[in-house]
Amino acid sequence: MLRIEQGLVDQMVAHCRADHPDEACGVIAGPVGSDSPERFIPMVNAARSPTFYEFDSADLLRLYRDMDERDEEPVVIYHSHTATEAYPSRTDIAYASEPLAHYVLVSTRESGSSDGPYELRSFTIVDGVVTEESIDLFD
Amino acid sequence: MAVEVRIPTILRPYTGGEKLVIAEGATLAEVIADLDAHHPGLSDRLIDDSGLRRFVNVYLNDEDVRFLDGLATGIADQDSITILPAVAGG
Repeated sequence: MLRIEQGLVDQMVAHCRADHPDEACGVIAGPVGSDSPERFIPMVNAARSPTFYEFDSADLLRLYRDMDERDEEPVVIYHSHTATEAYPSRTDIAYASEPLAHYVLVSTRESGSSDGPYELRSFTIVDGVVTEESIDLFD
Repeated sequence: MAVEVRIPTILRPYTGGEKLVIAEGATLAEVIADLDAHHPGLSDRLIDDSGLRRFVNVYLNDEDVRFLDGLATGIADQDSITILPAVAGG
């Protein structure tokens, strides 16, 4: 289960809407071992693509150094699908490399950049196996 | 040359859970071969027949080795190497 503050969900959705029709991506870091997402870190999609995302390699190094110094880990790794459902694609599964993270998918296909319905689902991806999990929101 | 190599979470099963290991070599290719000699299987996760795997980033100090000389990048004493899987998908 992913337990997450509503405000962080709102920030993820706002980022995904702002970058629509390209995919948006980012991390919510939290203290190592806490399983608690706390620090919202929107990232640039270096691929600037509606069908692919990738953190820029220099940004990636800075992000991990910064988390290391703060004793944090990526608790949530999120990205959007802008034309398909909020479910991990084959490439998402192939490149998933954080077995402890919650992979959050946001689909903006229905409302695009505007306010309106969106899908948001959370998964773990371990050794190519996708498992959907429930989301417990709190204020 | 002895260098420190930072190992990402997903590869720590190969290093007995260690996040920092020491390896030797004058080039990145030699360092990876030395890593593999002590932690069998690690090399396969980093390189394939065409060189560094597309979705593995290796940094020498602050620089992605793709912008240096790739596997031929020279390593000096006191250098540090960081391995990070790309965060990517579709």
